[in-house]
Amino acid sequence: MAFFLTLPLILLIALLVLYPAFYSMHLATLNKSMQKFVGFANFTFLFKRDTFWMVVRQSCIFAITAVFFKALLGFIVAHFVHNLPAKGQRKWRGMLLVPWVIPPAMSTLAWLWLFDPSYSAFNYTLSFFGVGPVPWLGDTFWARFSVILVNVWYGAPFFMIMYLAALKSVPDQLYEAAAIDGANWWQRIWYVTLPMMRNIIAITTLFSLIVTFANFDIVRILTSGGPLDSTHIFATWAFQVGIQSSDIPLGACVSLFMVPILAVAAIFILRDVSKRGNEA
Amino acid sequence: MSRKTLTRRQFVAATAMSSAALITAPYVRGAYAAGKLSIGFWDHWVPGANKASTDLVNEWAAKEKVEVSIDYITSNNKKLELTVAAEAQAKSGHDILQMPTWWPHAYADQLEPVNDIMEPIIKQNGDVNGTVKYLGQGGGKWLAVPATVGSQIKGPCSRIDLMKKHAGIDVQAMYPAGSAPKADNWTMDTFLKAAEACQKAGVAFGIGLGETTDSVDTAGAIFQSFGAELVNAKGDVTVKTDAVRQALEFYKKLIAVLPPDAASWDDASNNKWLISGRGALILNPPSAWAVAKRDAPQIAEQCWTHSMPAGPKGRFAPFLPYFWGVWAFGKNKPAAKSLLAHLSQPSSIEKFVAASGGYDLPAFANLTKLKTWAEEGPPKGTLYHYPDPHGSQTMSIAASPAPPKIAQQIYSQATLTKLALRYARGETMDQALAWAEGECEGFMRS
Repeated sequence: MAFFLTLPLILLIALLVLYPAFYSMHLATLNKSMQKFVGFANFTFLFKRDTFWMVVRQSCIFAITAVFFKALLGFIVAHFVHNLPAKGQRKWRGMLLVPWVIPPAMSTLAWLWLFDPSYSAFNYTLSFFGVGPVPWLGDTFWARFSVILVNVWYGAPFFMIMYLAALKSVPDQLYEAAAIDGANWWQRIWYVTLPMMRNIIAITTLFSLIVTFANFDIVRILTSGGPLDSTHIFATWAFQVGIQSSDIPLGACVSLFMVPILAVAAIFILRDVSKRGNEA
Repeated sequence: MSRKTLTRRQFVAATAMSSAALITAPYVRGAYAAGKLSIGFWDHWVPGANKASTDLVNEWAAKEKVEVSIDYITSNNKKLELTVAAEAQAKSGHDILQMPTWWPHAYADQLEPVNDIMEPIIKQNGDVNGTVKYLGQGGGKWLAVPATVGSQIKGPCSRIDLMKKHAGIDVQAMYPAGSAPKADNWTMDTFLKAAEACQKAGVAFGIGLGETTDSVDTAGAIFQSFGAELVNAKGDVTVKTDAVRQALEFYKKLIAVLPPDAASWDDASNNKWLISGRGALILNPPSAWAVAKRDAPQIAEQCWTHSMPAGPKGRFAPFLPYFWGVWAFGKNKPAAKSLLAHLSQPSSIEKFVAASGGYDLPAFANLTKLKTWAEEGPPKGTLYHYPDPHGSQTMSIAASPAPPKIAQQIYSQATLTKLALRYARGETMDQALAWAEGECEGFMRS
């Protein structure tokens, strides 16, 4: 009976998750014209491509840097909001969530206009201070900076709201006890807040790492992977190779490379979380 | 309740009478007797241009008694290419699907050959240029029909006033409306000198170095005018040649006088550059001029579209043809072919060109002097030389003459612009060429 009750969900997952996953694995084992089984030949081909390793490196830089800054900003802002008087807090929470609730394709277009080569509002503003013009999307360093900045802007509110919820669940008695023991501000964070938030930090980091690694829209809209491929990440390069160059098996191969990297991260983080859960 | 039973004799009589009536009755053709046809057209950016396609299709459908449905699919963010890939994968979808440049070759195995309609069309409209043959033919067959809608040349659109003032070039005298060009001196050297002069005057040429088609097409034409091929027609990698080195040296000098952020330009950036009045020349179809006509008429009045400068190996224009493909798995192939023949009639082509304000280009030799291009303005005659009515340049596509499946990789991965940019940004010639050679070797996958 229990099996039949869960059957609709199993079917839904099989249809929307398992089928595409296995289909992409199948595609990755075909030759370019998709007429011949070539086993792991596409993967070994990729291992020999410099551009592929550049994309691996860039995906890691993009995801790790963006997640780090999202977590840091989210943590800081969550503390600010937590310390606001309860009366006005809801208003601030709502406003700070705005970047996260706007569809990224829309908000990234607005960022594109801010970075626009001809009409950049940033460059216009900087010109009053005698700075610039900065080639936001035309120079390797600035292009990487820009895509990470937009990703942080978009994702930080998620961390903020998760951390805020975690902060609110830390019992006040722990802070009171720490204060009696003479703990300063930093010690209270290090010995009380952070240990109490460890699980939520781990889960949000994992979740954000997965989403950031698989990001497509921000890079695609802002730089399309340029200049000189220096902002390509797995998804954008997979799209360029698979769709734009009509090499779907190779594109599938590129996108599948996210799986082992994310699986390793997930195993480590979730193992840590369940270990602490058992200790508790 | 009474129930009337049917005797065997009555049943046989009724069946015989019905059969006789059906056989002898006159044939009445239904409204959609020739079946259904589903079409996926490129969604034109010119307001009202889709209507010309709809009208022509409806006109044909009414005559042929076919029920048609049309989807206009945008090329923004590669939606059209995604649709082609998805339909090829699913082996289901539209009967006719419009495809850009490389896609007929990419899905050649799944397209219905159209030799039977192409031969009479060419007989009627004149031959097609080499790029259309290169992209539209495979294995001795026509894979798709060249579409007027969407096909374009990305030649120079110059500012008459700025070119005269800063570079001393009278583009109207070089390319007079209504007559043959007098442009023997319009060479890559002149082009470079003009670019330097205009940059010095603060109105740099707006040429992108990004990874989108405008940047790639420009690079393709410049490389070809030096005879530079990364992969030759036989499929051999020919990166390390003097012609490629020469093209790179030229590009390095050109990049030095282009806007500093040109590496991040997309296909809209050069249009904005011209319309904002910041540049003296861009390489683009007349879309930038058309938008300027609406948003900055004083700029539009100073725009003149003309041919590319000539390099040591000739004058090459970046040409991007679109095609109409008929899927081999389509359900109504005879109707699809009949419609494509109708859309390729000179009268249909004239309507497409007029509806797009001269943007759409037929691929056929006899149809480059339509009145739309002669009359469009201001200034009147600004588009006269857009379709190259005097055959002064070779229509080309970047990465040709490499075998199309390799060339598509070079094109879509913007290998030419990246190579030029690498060299201009400080890599040595050997480093840049070694990188390009490695890339091209990777494109040889089959």
